[in-house]
Amino acid sequence: MELDSLYQEVILDHYKHPLNKKLSPTFTAQVHHVNPSCGDEITLNVNISDGIVTSVTWEGVGCSISQASTSIASDLMTGKNLDEALKIVESFSDLMSSKGTMAGDEDILEDGVALAGVSKFPARIKCALLGWMAFKDAAIQSSKN
Amino acid sequence: MKPMFSPAEIRKDFPIFSKVMRGGNRLVYLDSGATSQKPRQVLDAERNFYEQSNAAVHRGAHLLAEEASIAYEGARQVLTNFLNAEVDEVVFTKSATESINALAYSIGNSENGSRFALKAGDRIVVSEIEHHANLIPWQLLAKRTGAELVWFSVDPDGRLDLSNLEELVNASTKIVAITHQSNVLGTIVPLKDIVSRAHAVGAVVVLDACQSAPHFAIDVKALDIDFLAFSAHKALGPTGIGILWGRREFLNSMEPFLTGGSMIESVTMTEAKWAPSPKRFEAGVPNMAQAVGFAAAINYLNELGMDNVAKHEHDLTSYALKKFLQLDKVEVIGPKNNVDRGSVISFTIDGIHPHDVGQVLDQYGVAVRTGHHCAWPLMRKLGLVGTTRASFYVYNDEADVDVLIDSILEAQKYFKG
Ligand SMILES: Cc1ncc(COP(=O)(O)O)c(C=O)c1O
Repeated sequence: MELDSLYQEVILDHYKHPLNKKLSPTFTAQVHHVNPSCGDEITLNVNISDGIVTSVTWEGVGCSISQASTSIASDLMTGKNLDEALKIVESFSDLMSSKGTMAGDEDILEDGVALAGVSKFPARIKCALLGWMAFKDAAIQSSKN
Repeated sequence: MKPMFSPAEIRKDFPIFSKVMRGGNRLVYLDSGATSQKPRQVLDAERNFYEQSNAAVHRGAHLLAEEASIAYEGARQVLTNFLNAEVDEVVFTKSATESINALAYSIGNSENGSRFALKAGDRIVVSEIEHHANLIPWQLLAKRTGAELVWFSVDPDGRLDLSNLEELVNASTKIVAITHQSNVLGTIVPLKDIVSRAHAVGAVVVLDACQSAPHFAIDVKALDIDFLAFSAHKALGPTGIGILWGRREFLNSMEPFLTGGSMIESVTMTEAKWAPSPKRFEAGVPNMAQAVGFAAAINYLNELGMDNVAKHEHDLTSYALKKFLQLDKVEVIGPKNNVDRGSVISFTIDGIHPHDVGQVLDQYGVAVRTGHHCAWPLMRKLGLVGTTRASFYVYNDEADVDVLIDSILEAQKYFKG
């Protein structure tokens, strides 16, 4: 079924058991992002020290795609250096705008490739990007602070 | 007259129902609350205008200009009859959104001394169930003028709490802007007490009829309201056309919002005088083919009979509500009894986000709306991120409801597994 290309097992797992979904008490930057078309909201904290992302934690409400995607992003970014992390975000954005023509590089995106199918459903791309854009925003703010 | 109300017959007039949807399914269109589908009669009317009569209305001495003007003014007459209004009270706009914004600006542009001139201390009353289109223009008008914005609250069953009507609509109140039927909950707002209280304190009543005028008969005289807005596209008509209706004496004493061609009586290099309504509010070459299509849609509805339309939707809603209330882990958001209630059913499913519900339903050819439905304050009040909304119209039947219910069960299976 077409739906299965959207809702991969990995996505449903992350949705039911999201990673890092508990805001850290301290942070080097905190952002709040909203998807105005559906009302989904997340708050995301990052801790970046010496150019290394030491933690990404979040809280929020949203659909399975946005929740799973944020879970995947938070896990993937933790431990990366900032430049590397931002490159990964770039690579994920490219995948999302690929209209189903890219599979995604598993070496870079890890579980993130499970979201490749989302690029065929234009209405869901924003859901998938919510956490990644929040991370990017927070990372940039943190490096300015 | 069609002999019996038959959605299956009606669907034959709508080319879109021959479309094959995801998964090879037929289209089960349950999103008429967002926009309705269009019958061939409407598409033909627009095409015929372009093919036979296209010219700028009210300008030029040629045959086409004459025919175009007759068609356009004929459309106004159709809308006038539909609302039991007067013909110079019916203003064509781009949409209900434009109607309400134009009205709010016109009111805001009133000169001191006009009954519409707002100042600090004056009051605008809205409700918690408003669509953003009937909220934000009033928020901004309040900000521009220093008036205070207050609102009726919604109770847990999705009805407006009118117990503080007298307090809320007080002597300082100038405008009461309210929806006739909630696009989220289906609640039909009881207008009688609101209108008489508003008039008792000298306020005007602005009715957002987007979700009512397409679904049941409206009589602006009987309702005794002062202004009304709705869009053609939710009433089988084209996009790009809507109505602002207002009492003649009010329209003719108000400042226009858009200015330019057609809306003047005379112009010099430094000044202009406004034409009377409706021209006063129709600057520029209007959406003529769309107005003609709008009238064709209203004629189509008239042929079905608005009371038959209302009864059909009421019966279908009863059928659907009964099925919904039997579902496990599904909650209807809004009135659960079918009294003063339109054919909109919002619901939530435990553990499944509306966006995901909509996605699974789409797989079965079921088109619903998901999210906050442009009523974000209402969602916040109800403590929800959003709902899934099914809305019915003339072409829907019990079989559509059955597919909807089956698809909801499939969604529950899908997300449990
Ligand atoms: C209750 C209500 N008011 C206003 C509007 C705005 O209508 P339009 O977008 O056609 O201007 C809508 C449409 O969604 C509505 O449902």
